[in-house]
Amino acid sequence: MKLAYWMYAGPAHIGTLRVASSFKNVHAIMHAPLGDDYFNVMRSMLERERDFTAATTSIVDRHVLAHGSQERVVDNILRKNKEERPDLVILTPTCTSSILQEDLQNFVDRASIISDSNVIFADVDHYQINEIQAADRTLEQIVRYYLDKCHKQEKLDQLLTDTPSVNIIGIFTLGFHNQHDCRELKRLLQDLDIEINQIIPEGASVEDLKNLPKAWLNLIPYREVGLMTAMYLNKEYGMPYISTAPMGAVDMSEWIRQINKKVNTLALSLSSERVDYEPYIDGQTRFVSQAAWFSRSIDCQNLMGKETVVFGDATHAASITKILAREMGIRVSCAGTYCKHDAQWFKEQIQGFCDEILITDDHAEVGDIISYVEPSAIFGTQMERHIGKRLDIPCGVISAPVHIQNFPLGYRPFLGYEGTNQIADLVYNSFALGMEDHLLDIFGGHDTKEIITKSLSMDIGLIWNPESQLELSKIPRFVREKVERNTEKFAQQKGIETITVEVMYAAKEAFNS
Amino acid sequence: MSVKIDETLTVECETGNYHTFCPISCISWLYQKIEDSFFLVVGTKTCGYFLQNALGVMIFAEPRYAMAELEEGDISAQLNDYEGLKKLCIRIRKDRDPSVIIWIGTCTTEIIKMDLEGIAPKLEWEIGIPIIVARANGLDYAFTQGEDTVLAAMAHRCPEPEFSVRERKETIKNLFAFHSIKKKQSIEYANHPSLVLFGSLPSNVASQLNLELKRQFIKVSGWLPAQRYTDLPSLGDGVYVCGVNPFLSRTATTLIRREKCELIGAPFPIGPDGTRAWIEKICPVFGVETHGLEEREARIWESLKDYLYLIRGKSVFFMGDNLLEVSLARFLIRCGMIVHEIGIPYIDKRYQAAELSLLQDTCIKMCVPIPRIVEKPDNSNQIRRIRELQPDLAITGMAHANPLEARGISTKWSVEFTFAQIHGFANARDVLELVTRPLRRQKNIEDLDRTTLVRKNNKF
Repeated sequence: MKLAYWMYAGPAHIGTLRVASSFKNVHAIMHAPLGDDYFNVMRSMLERERDFTAATTSIVDRHVLAHGSQERVVDNILRKNKEERPDLVILTPTCTSSILQEDLQNFVDRASIISDSNVIFADVDHYQINEIQAADRTLEQIVRYYLDKCHKQEKLDQLLTDTPSVNIIGIFTLGFHNQHDCRELKRLLQDLDIEINQIIPEGASVEDLKNLPKAWLNLIPYREVGLMTAMYLNKEYGMPYISTAPMGAVDMSEWIRQINKKVNTLALSLSSERVDYEPYIDGQTRFVSQAAWFSRSIDCQNLMGKETVVFGDATHAASITKILAREMGIRVSCAGTYCKHDAQWFKEQIQGFCDEILITDDHAEVGDIISYVEPSAIFGTQMERHIGKRLDIPCGVISAPVHIQNFPLGYRPFLGYEGTNQIADLVYNSFALGMEDHLLDIFGGHDTKEIITKSLSMDIGLIWNPESQLELSKIPRFVREKVERNTEKFAQQKGIETITVEVMYAAKEAFNS
Repeated sequence: MSVKIDETLTVECETGNYHTFCPISCISWLYQKIEDSFFLVVGTKTCGYFLQNALGVMIFAEPRYAMAELEEGDISAQLNDYEGLKKLCIRIRKDRDPSVIIWIGTCTTEIIKMDLEGIAPKLEWEIGIPIIVARANGLDYAFTQGEDTVLAAMAHRCPEPEFSVRERKETIKNLFAFHSIKKKQSIEYANHPSLVLFGSLPSNVASQLNLELKRQFIKVSGWLPAQRYTDLPSLGDGVYVCGVNPFLSRTATTLIRREKCELIGAPFPIGPDGTRAWIEKICPVFGVETHGLEEREARIWESLKDYLYLIRGKSVFFMGDNLLEVSLARFLIRCGMIVHEIGIPYIDKRYQAAELSLLQDTCIKMCVPIPRIVEKPDNSNQIRRIRELQPDLAITGMAHANPLEARGISTKWSVEFTFAQIHGFANARDVLELVTRPLRRQKNIEDLDRTTLVRKNNKF
């Protein structure tokens, strides 16, 4: 039992529902009590979805508790089959049904005999995995189900397409800027003359999954969701995959070179044309993307050495850390992720790009680090944005969990060359806001506030005498907090109880040396 | 299955496959109402995720609620529930120092049969803070019924009249300032037994209702819940109670059976008609004749004219998720609207008897048929009916609102009625403000000719 106010990743069934409702004509039936269908609200609100979310509940109530679900689940599956004729029905367990331990697989088996729709039971355990892992697993499960089925019927066509083609795996509903990223990747691949075989699960039809092996390779833009599927396709059908996230100018080049290499390897065996994407990379990097030029510009020079904290899912946090450190010369004091299951990969990625690595799903721990480091800007989730608000530190949101404002109507990819522009804007605007504040302070601005002690400051019972208080109030607001805390730290170390102006400056000297 | 109330009013029952909020959501308004409380939801990540997303902004305001998140060890009983809860409650006491901790039992605690009611008294004694247990779970209840379970549990903690600290204080005060107070009170209030109102309302709405009764010389001795836990009203034999919300049937039952109170059955003070009827039911109980009510109601209707003009003759469909539906429908029918269907999660025909009969009277008065009342509705069937009826307005949950709007059906998000101030004469306008908003918006954009925004081949 643990005390929790907030969580970064949701419960497992949310992941399954996100994957299921991304496919076309797939219906999810939750085995859950009344009120657990909050997913439908989120999808309808956040994504401003025009269609009814294809997820319903087979209600668990007192009666089910006493007598079991009996015919109810099967009836509900058959009813959906009749009403909406979905290609696939996914029976989704929740935390409640995990404990009830009813034989849901048995219901699925029975229903699938009678129903025209395919029926599967989502293989996710609420108490073992979270939303992200469940999404990854469910996607793999669906792909495996359809490929196995075709394989058994010997209907699987594994012939590669004539020209280079790819599958994009892992674009789905309620994903952070997924729709925009998808459009950007499509455009990019078109530039490279690469056909898109399939994009899954968003908007895909399960009946088409049998054609997945026709692509030359698989692209996994976000490693949280899709990697399991890619590994399965690699093992069973020998399909190569690229799991680098095409985020930031450097990784973009790297990503295209990897595609180049894989395409040429296959081209050799298919005796088709070899390709060379180097001129494309060069042109895009230098002239289409503004990010490379931005790194060079005076604006970016001003950001040199500024401190930041980065926190988010593994893909976004790692990529943004690398962009900040490698492409903009910004100092990442701490980079972290809540994807504890992928900690090893995360550490390897950002080794050498940041001072400290934080693996946690406790928002209080992230808050503590931020208030300790006091960075000039934070790049994190909505939670970090709120921590930033309390500490007066600007924050750019770079990863889920997100609010409705992170589902913009305008075009805002994070991936691809347009993505590099968007990220540069995001980074620069976060800091620029800090700079404005700074200038306001230098020129007197409209700052008439008394010194306010923040809720996160460490109250250690030190006395500031009137002179030192006055002195502190003269310090520009954006560094005042830091001076205050450094002085207190210093005083504490030296065993000083009353802070005078002398102590303040002694502290400053001590910290400067 | 259908149950006849009388010749005209019938209640149907469907499959219960509808969308509503989990009853644990009641903590969002109760923690704000009861200022010195702390709500601890004993449940899983699913509960936490719901709260986090449904309550959005409030999460970041350092709320006085938290999850006791159950892990695998708790489920398989490898860990000791008592020790686990003790650790958390001690931490809450240290961080927030509340006057009461309210444990919200969830589906999970029901299924694993965690003995919250058994653990609470022991722990209460050990840590010195009252612990109240409310089983607001999705197995048994819907949305606002969560408040019902909390208030029913809280009713047991109300002091008995003779031991009430407050009243004793008042007597002492009276001794000292005998003349002035005695004189004033005799003018302000009729001499009547104690009246306690139950139902959580924002404090300004509660004082509006207090004032409304004061005009009739009726004194409200207290509210369940009060602004602070330490101010709970005295309850007991001879105390009269009256509900302000339609979803409080368990609380009402508890007050009658356990606390020996007298329940005044009345329609609910929603809309000027409801508010008047509510007062008119209370006054005679204390032998007080009402005065000036008719004029007051008429004045309010007069002030609503601009909105009434907008909605008269328009039709509305309640999908049903918060139990306010019957009262709201009754008010809207009185406003001249046509109600196709009143969906409702659960209807207690005894507790809502006066409201149902007012609905019936209103329908007769307005010359409209009594709408069908559908208990435990089935959302897919309802959507089919909405497609056939094409109502001017569907009052529905957020899961269906955007999809219906995209199909040209104006909607109002039902949850707003739970959070808005809708009680008493003064707030009637707020109800209509909500109801007319989609209709007014509709007027703004109708010239754009883009009412249906889904593709033709799309299934409804």
